[in-house]
This record gives sequence, C-alpha cells and structure tokens, in this order.
Amino acid sequence: MTDLTVADPPAALAHPSHIHSDLKAQRVRSAWVFLAPTLLVLALVAGWPLVRTIYFSFTDASLTNLAGAEFVGFQNYLSWITLKSGRTIYKGLLADPAWWNAVWNTLKFTLISVSIETALGLVVALVLNAHFPGRGLVRAAILIPWAIPTIVSAKMWAWMLNDQFGILNEILLGLGLISQKIAWTASPDTAMVAVLIVDVWKTTPFMALLILAGLQMVPVDIYEAAKIDGVHPLRVFWRVTLPLIRPALMVAVIFRMLDALRIFDLIYVLTPNNAQTKTMSVLARENLFDFDKFAYGAAASTMLFLIIASITILYMWFGRVNFEGGER
Amino acid sequence: MVATLAKRTAFYLLVATIILIAVFPFYYAILTSLKSGTALFRIDYWPSELSVANYISVVSAGSFLRNLGNSLLVATLVVAISLLFAVTAAYALGRVRFRGRSLLLLTILSVSMFPQIAVLAGLFELIRGIGIFNTPLALIFSYMIFTLPFTVWVLTTFMRDLPVEIEEAAIVDGASPWVIITRVFMPLMWPALVTTGLLAFIAAWNEFLFALTFTSSDVQRTVPVAIALLSGSSNFEIPWGNIMAASVIVTVPLVVLVLIFQRRIISGLTAGGVKG
Repeated sequence: MTDLTVADPPAALAHPSHIHSDLKAQRVRSAWVFLAPTLLVLALVAGWPLVRTIYFSFTDASLTNLAGAEFVGFQNYLSWITLKSGRTIYKGLLADPAWWNAVWNTLKFTLISVSIETALGLVVALVLNAHFPGRGLVRAAILIPWAIPTIVSAKMWAWMLNDQFGILNEILLGLGLISQKIAWTASPDTAMVAVLIVDVWKTTPFMALLILAGLQMVPVDIYEAAKIDGVHPLRVFWRVTLPLIRPALMVAVIFRMLDALRIFDLIYVLTPNNAQTKTMSVLARENLFDFDKFAYGAAASTMLFLIIASITILYMWFGRVNFEGGER
Repeated sequence: MVATLAKRTAFYLLVATIILIAVFPFYYAILTSLKSGTALFRIDYWPSELSVANYISVVSAGSFLRNLGNSLLVATLVVAISLLFAVTAAYALGRVRFRGRSLLLLTILSVSMFPQIAVLAGLFELIRGIGIFNTPLALIFSYMIFTLPFTVWVLTTFMRDLPVEIEEAAIVDGASPWVIITRVFMPLMWPALVTTGLLAFIAAWNEFLFALTFTSSDVQRTVPVAIALLSGSSNFEIPWGNIMAASVIVTVPLVVLVLIFQRRIISGLTAGGVKG
C-alpha cells in the first residue's frame, strides 16, 4: 500500500550505449511534457489558493471587498491593546474561546471516532478474513455505508435519531435502556454522540477494508504452525497478527485521522449551530461566508492547515509509519 | 462439541449484527420514502404501504431533476479529465527515471491529504476572478484537487508493475512515448481505469463543501447540496418523506455500481487509501 519511496521504474533503457542515452534524454523530456498538465492543474487548484488563503489571513479582506484587502500583520491571529486602566485586552483567533472550543471539539471527535473505528474495523476485518459461507454477503453489506453520500447518511440518521418519531428512541425505550425520548441532535449532551454514531457507521467499513488488505498479507503457515504448537488464538493475535498488520494499521489510522480532522459536511447537516460539535472547518467556513469575517476565517483555515500538517508530521515521526509496508 | 457449536453460533451472531447495522439505515430510508401522510410518523419495521407520492413530489417540485443532471455532468467530466491527465502523468512517474520523481510523488500525495477548507478562501477568489462562480465549471475545476492526486497515485502504482518487455518491444520498433501510452499501455490498463474512474466518480458525486460554497442558485446546485437544503413550506415542518425519497434516488445508482464492481473497488481503495 502507498509506498512513498516508490521503487525505481523498470529500466527499459539500461543498456549502455550512446544511442540509448539520446533516447533516454528524449524520454525524460517527454516525461516532463506528460506531467505538465497535472502539475499545472494542481498548482492552480491547490498551490495558488493555499498561498492566497494564507495571504488573506494577514489582511482585513471582507467577502465583498477582496481586492481592496490591506495588510494588517498578525491582527487576525492575536493583537492586544492596553487600556489606560492598565488592563490588557486580547483580540484575535488565538484569544477567541470559540476557536479553542472548535479545536477541542475537533480533537475530541478525531480521537474518539478514530479509536472506535479502528477497534470495530479490526473486528469486521477479522470476520471478513475468516472463511465461511456468506462472506461475500458481509463484504457487500459493509460497502453500502461507505458508498452512501455523507449528506444522505446525515439525513437518514437525523430521521432515525429524531426526538419524537425516531426509531432509535423507540428501540431504546422498548429495551428499557432510556426512560424518556432523547433529542439526540439538538441536546448539547448528546449532539457529539450523535455525530460519532453516524461517523462510525459510515467510515468503519473503509477502515475494515484497509485492515483486511493487511491481514491478507499475513502468511497462512504462521497460523498453522501456531495451531500445531497449541498456542492460544488470542496470544497468536497479540503476538503474531497485530505486529504483522501494524504497518497497514498505521496507514489506515492516518488516513482516517486526516479525514476526521477536517470534518465538515456531517456536522454542518446533522447538528447545525451547535457549539458542542462545531469543528475547526465549520467555524472557518462560517466566518468566511456567513459572518462576513473573511480574513478571520482565512486565519482559522490557515491554523487548521498548520495543525493538521503538524499532527501528520508528528504521527509519522513517532509512529515510524513505513509507507513501504502494507501491500507489496 | 458443545464449545464449537457455541463458538459458531456466536460468530454467526456477530456476522448477522454487522450486516444488520450496515444495511438497516438505508433499508429504513427506503421504507420511510414509500410512506405517505401520517403513516410517516408511525414506526414500522416492514413495508406497510407502497406509495410513490414522495418520489413524485420530489421530482416534480423545485429543481431536483436539474440538480441530478448537474451532479451527473460534473462527476462525469471530472472523471474524464482526471483520467486523461492522470494516465500521461502516471506514465511519466511510473515508467521513466528522472531526478525529483520521488519528491513529485510525495507532493502529489500530500495534496490529496489537504484539508479542503485550507484552499477555500483562495479558490473562492480565483473562481470569482475568472468568472465561473455559480456554474458547473467551478465545481469541475475545484474537484480536481482531490480526484487528480488520487488517480495519478493509483495509476502510477499500477503502471510501475507492468512488465518491462512489452514496452521494450515498442521502443525497439521506434514507437514514441505517446504511442506507447495509447497503444501499449491503455489496453492493459482498463481494469485500473475503471476502478479509479469509479472511485473518482463517487468522490465527486458525494462532494459537499465546494458545491455548497461555489454555487448560489437552486438550479446550479448538485444533489448533496439540494438534499441538505431541502425544506418544507415552513421552517418547522421538515419534509422527511421527500428527503428520504431524494436520498434513495441519489444513493441507489451508487449502491448498484458499488455492488457490481465490489472487487475492483476494494482493490482500488486499498491501493490508493482514498478517503471514504
């Protein structure tokens, strides 16, 4: 899976000869020509907009006046004025409790959802790795949540989690697990739980399939040898399976983490205007387009980018993620 | 004997639970979409009536069909353009040795991990600047940020693993790189193209943030945004029947595609680690 240091391409022209070196130069030239459209598009759609977002975060740009934006330094991030009374007032993103609330919500959501998804994904992957009649059925079934658009799953679950007519309250009441109907998506205590339920339902299949790919790389003879030696299956799992699938697991976790850290659509649709679930992405977009605080929103976007980049680097550093592991 | 029986029962119970949880919400959405009137607010586990009233009202009212057309147009063009660019780029990255290749691959991979919100402000300015705001072009252009890196990445891995010999023969015959791509590699690449194309299609079909931000009128919206903004005659009355009918309409083609191509999709997912 996704080896970063991709092995060298097959050397079609490795024979030493001056004709070949000519041909080789021609090949390298055409390689750059072939790459040009992709690189150009990516520079236009990713590189330039990122630079502009960062630039806007240092200006006073507003939605209606982007062109007239003027440089204001770090004012959107942090600024302070000391009053005559000696009191200092801090302003800007880094002094904004709403921002820190969003950071906290995002981190909480990421940590909990990715942990649950990894654990459940592992269970589903182990089931799919066993040979039993009906395996194809399970695989087909778990692809359904993955294929459903996030907006549609948010709406489907919003209906199931509906406080008055929702089926979930009905089932939980019937089982005696709750004593009264819960307003899952509206109540501050349960909004995050509702988001987590839907996210886990939707993305566990992805996790399971990535882990399954790792599981299928484990040679069967290891299990057979362990069986002959009479090693307990749980011990085999902890001592053999888990270390062997660790590279695949680490890659799966980082993909999910990056996705969870930027979550927007599920929260925007399922629990709109709820301080308990407002994430960095939601807060950034709100400032950019709804509150007419474009520059402030750009600052939030830039911070989000920096946070995600540093978490990724830290994770790859400490987790020693080996992208060469996994599949091949 | 008893122990194995108990184990087997427990295993199949787990299997049944997984299937039930995975499928039930969609089943329940279909069930709800087929109800009408007050039956909507009664909880049933089995179909009690088969009314298509919700479907008719969703399709006839507003611009839902137009939104469906927008989604189809945008997703199809995004797939076609990404595949076209990605095939040539993947040939260069997968078959030719040159300096800076690894760095390029790393850059392309990191673009696919970009949080979309980080480019939103800059993209908004660019899209308004070149005058494609509130048109399908705005979406086709912006969706390249996630479909292109992914298709390049997967096709590069695929190309790299093709044997040297087929290309050598063509080079000996004096074929240019372009001929090699179109005549030698393309016929071998159909499976990979179908897989990546399908995954890119699903990603474009499901996208929400850009579609919400870069379109402003009802007729220009794609279906995910249309469904998110579907509201009743008053703010307090959410048209659940219509929402479920619309949801089923957008989802059924995807589910059918995914079930037909499930093996390909799984291999593509694990090769590219594409987001869900």
